[in-house]
Amino acid sequence: MKRAVHIVALFSCFLLAGCDLVVLSPAGDVAQQQGELIIYATVLMLIVILPVMALTVFFAIKYRESNKKASYEPEWHHSFSLEIVIWSVPLAIIICLAGLTWVATHRLDPYKPLGRISEDQPIDPEVKPLIIQVASMDWKWLFIYPEQGIASVNEVAAIVDRPIEFQITSATVMNSFYIPALAGQIYSMAGMQTEMNAVINEPGVYDGFSANYSGAGFSQMRFKFHGMDLTGFDDWVAKVGASAQDLDTDTLEALNQPSISHPVTYYGTVSETAWDRLVNHCVDSDSLCRNDMMMVDALGGGGLEGLWNREMFRGICSAEDPGAFIAMLRPEMRLRAGEIVTVMSLLPDATPTTQH
Amino acid sequence: MATSSDPHGLASGSVDIDPFWGKLSWDIFPFYDPIVLGTFIGVVILGLAVVGAITYYRLWGYLWKEWFTSIDHKKIGIMYMVLGLIMLLRGFADALLMRGHQAMAASGSEGYLNAHHYDQIFTAHGVIMIFFVAMPFVTGFMNYVMPLQIGARDVAFPFLNNLSFWLTVSGAILIMISLFVGEFSTAGWLAYAPYSGLEYSPSVGMDYYLWALNIAGVGTTLSGINLVVTIVKMRAPGMTYMRMPIFTWTALCTNILIVATFPVLAATLALLTADRYLGTHFFTNELGGNPMMYVNLIWIWGHPEVYILILPIFGIFSEIVPTFTGKRLFGYTSMVYATCVIMILSYIVWLHHFFTMGAGANVNSFFGITTMIISIPTGAKIFNWLFTMYKGRIRFETPMLWVMGFMLTFVIGGMTGVLLAVPPADYVLHNSLFLVAHFHNVIIGGVVFGVFAGIIYWWPKAFGFKLEPFWGKVSFWCWLIGFYLAFMPLYVLGLMGVTRRLSQFEDTFYSVYFIIALFGALFVAAGIAAFLVQIVQSIRKRDELRDVTGDPWNGRTLEWSTSSPPPYYNFAFTPRVYEIDAFAQMKREGFVRPTTGFVPIHMPHSTATGVVLAAILTVMGFALVWHVYWLAAASFAAALLYGIGHTFNYNRDYDIPADEVRGIEDQRSAQLAQAAE
Repeated sequence: MKRAVHIVALFSCFLLAGCDLVVLSPAGDVAQQQGELIIYATVLMLIVILPVMALTVFFAIKYRESNKKASYEPEWHHSFSLEIVIWSVPLAIIICLAGLTWVATHRLDPYKPLGRISEDQPIDPEVKPLIIQVASMDWKWLFIYPEQGIASVNEVAAIVDRPIEFQITSATVMNSFYIPALAGQIYSMAGMQTEMNAVINEPGVYDGFSANYSGAGFSQMRFKFHGMDLTGFDDWVAKVGASAQDLDTDTLEALNQPSISHPVTYYGTVSETAWDRLVNHCVDSDSLCRNDMMMVDALGGGGLEGLWNREMFRGICSAEDPGAFIAMLRPEMRLRAGEIVTVMSLLPDATPTTQH
Repeated sequence: MATSSDPHGLASGSVDIDPFWGKLSWDIFPFYDPIVLGTFIGVVILGLAVVGAITYYRLWGYLWKEWFTSIDHKKIGIMYMVLGLIMLLRGFADALLMRGHQAMAASGSEGYLNAHHYDQIFTAHGVIMIFFVAMPFVTGFMNYVMPLQIGARDVAFPFLNNLSFWLTVSGAILIMISLFVGEFSTAGWLAYAPYSGLEYSPSVGMDYYLWALNIAGVGTTLSGINLVVTIVKMRAPGMTYMRMPIFTWTALCTNILIVATFPVLAATLALLTADRYLGTHFFTNELGGNPMMYVNLIWIWGHPEVYILILPIFGIFSEIVPTFTGKRLFGYTSMVYATCVIMILSYIVWLHHFFTMGAGANVNSFFGITTMIISIPTGAKIFNWLFTMYKGRIRFETPMLWVMGFMLTFVIGGMTGVLLAVPPADYVLHNSLFLVAHFHNVIIGGVVFGVFAGIIYWWPKAFGFKLEPFWGKVSFWCWLIGFYLAFMPLYVLGLMGVTRRLSQFEDTFYSVYFIIALFGALFVAAGIAAFLVQIVQSIRKRDELRDVTGDPWNGRTLEWSTSSPPPYYNFAFTPRVYEIDAFAQMKREGFVRPTTGFVPIHMPHSTATGVVLAAILTVMGFALVWHVYWLAAASFAAALLYGIGHTFNYNRDYDIPADEVRGIEDQRSAQLAQAAE
């Protein structure tokens, strides 16, 4: 079957001459499986589509008005057995396709850790995925490497055959994080974190971009994704780390201003709170963080009390032991501390270092 | 519009708003853009020519009395078609601009549109094609044909019908104004939040979008209620549900969908309007707003909307195929059930438009599978048309050519649609040009082909002469070839990972595909031109093409039993129905048209209220767009008062005297006798 898929892919390439159908012949295992699924589903559906098209042409020719030899039955309008066929054949195909869909959707759920590196390479449970935090901004992509403590704009690198876990958010409108050669796409949204697990199997430089329209600089919101071997990646990390620029609060706020065709930029160090502020949509120093706001809501919401709480508890979510903090500040809320902390933790954990 | 103290322009007061003029000023005319200026000059010249011609031929009174204020469902239906056709030209001009620009931009130049202008054009193209082309066409057909098919004399609420039409026109006018006064939205046809919120789209473009759709949406909802009531209450005696023509069935299902989903659109747009005007935060990034909710709500309306468009078109094909194969429709009952199943399923598939938002695998699979299930009844419909052709005598007149084009094209679009419904496949194809190719494949290959088939099919009913076939065939082939040239390259580009809505390209790798697509668009342009030529030629040769029988195609349903065009009361006597295809049965059993015993017919009066109300509401929409609040309040009050005033008009109906009916029917008898000689 696998070979058949390749033959079909090659054949369609041949037909289409261009032969750079990245979606059908990508370099990452997840995208590879997604591409194969396109072929499987297409073949399955052609089982109905082709006969229908052929019959349409055949009936059109055979029963044309000028062909008086063909039989003509103006009152024939019902056939129980034929109706069974025309409902059950598509039904059968859809049952197969639905099964395929259910299994493939669960297997390729972008949130799920990878099940394999490639077709003939199982996953090594010892190897932790490389975490890359991705934020869409107007109109560029910021990549933070929490383990390496570096960040870059409009360029991202990963190690061949090592799982990657992208954590994705947006500092602006919705965008969609998409590297066609790698693993499909997922939306980036303000005040939320989406995830995508992926792996790149061949070294190379691949295109990445936003696949969801986001305004004036959308066309230029592109970046290069580098698949590198371990040495190459270490060199890249060292190169980025050597940058004199730091992604501190002010730099982040400046970066958050709209810009089109932003040049590739490296940041040697990254503020501990940068990702927290991106996810909680409070890059600008005067805006209230999402988790703090939820805290305020949990403590009684708006109104005068809420305003007071807001100033009182600004930053509480980043505290070591929020429960104890609440107990100290608001003894009467002690019994609800667990509930409040739960509400807070509905948002992604504030500090990346404790995450995994 | 952002200032240092208000970095997101959150306060709506961040733009200076004059208490009298609102946002209006001398800077709002975008004539610094040569394309807009050129178009404006063209439109002004054309507009003056049309106005001049109408004045010269003294047609204003005729148009006002016989058309604008008419509450005859047939005239309103025709006016809907005219609106659709005019807006098709505008929407297609946008398409040509995009195709031309992308072909240039992909070939290494910058193209002739800047990002801001390009974004407005693709937004306008989508909004116009769906709301002001496809919807008016579909509503026009339902208005014209359905009451005739069920043997009714008009719709249930004739004045409401006129008002619905003019409210749709009002929306279209606001969109057209945005071309030359201010600008249009850049947020895409569905205006995804938070981009469509004040923070990211501070300009009046979004407000034009909102008020145009708010007003037109009210019209569509009212029209939906009207047509549902008409079908439920006004069928001819003997026409049980299972004897209704399929087109009427699809009209029923479509209007139920309209009644059920357009309120969702109205509510969603109202919330977004509140976000932009009242400082609420339903869909913003800030203060607890939830843009994902907007995307869900808009698609809860948006997905049924595509079935609102395609179901009546399926109905049109179900009328044309039996007529031109000279055979009863195969599987009437399963056709009806298929329509109803599609209607119900269309409510539970909306999430397939955003699998990539990050819902879990269970949710995504559920919506993927429900989507696939829709292909089963749709497939059954295709098979039913196929087996209607089987053992038939197929006459390949122009409507049947469109049907053939549809059947071969639509299945490809259906297939790629099911493909996109597989969530993991959608992860790589979502928002790509593959998706763009898919929905144009079903909308052009389905809706547009069906509209042309329907226009040619029912034209002789509406005007008493057939459309001339040569230019019709030219138009068909241009459209068919144009469609494949324009959209097959887009499928390929999608598989190459090219996303939609790009105005600039990094390299020239995709150039050849975009150039082929441009040629496709030019073919389609030729197809539209040929269609217009066909109409002009047919009007010139109308005497040769005349049909006096009222039944030029050997039709099977009741609309063919009256004269062409039908008298304003449709039927001198309400027909009695005994089985499916009532007129075929009447012809088979030698039904004789009654020529005596006429009685007075009770009919509604024309009224100017619809036109006036819509005109006032257009002013209100314009005033709201520009924040001229005193004018908005005044026009709203005026509309309210005028509407209340209208309820005191008791002179609503009259009886056509029996003599007048006899006169008209005798004339028809004479015509028929002359034709029989």
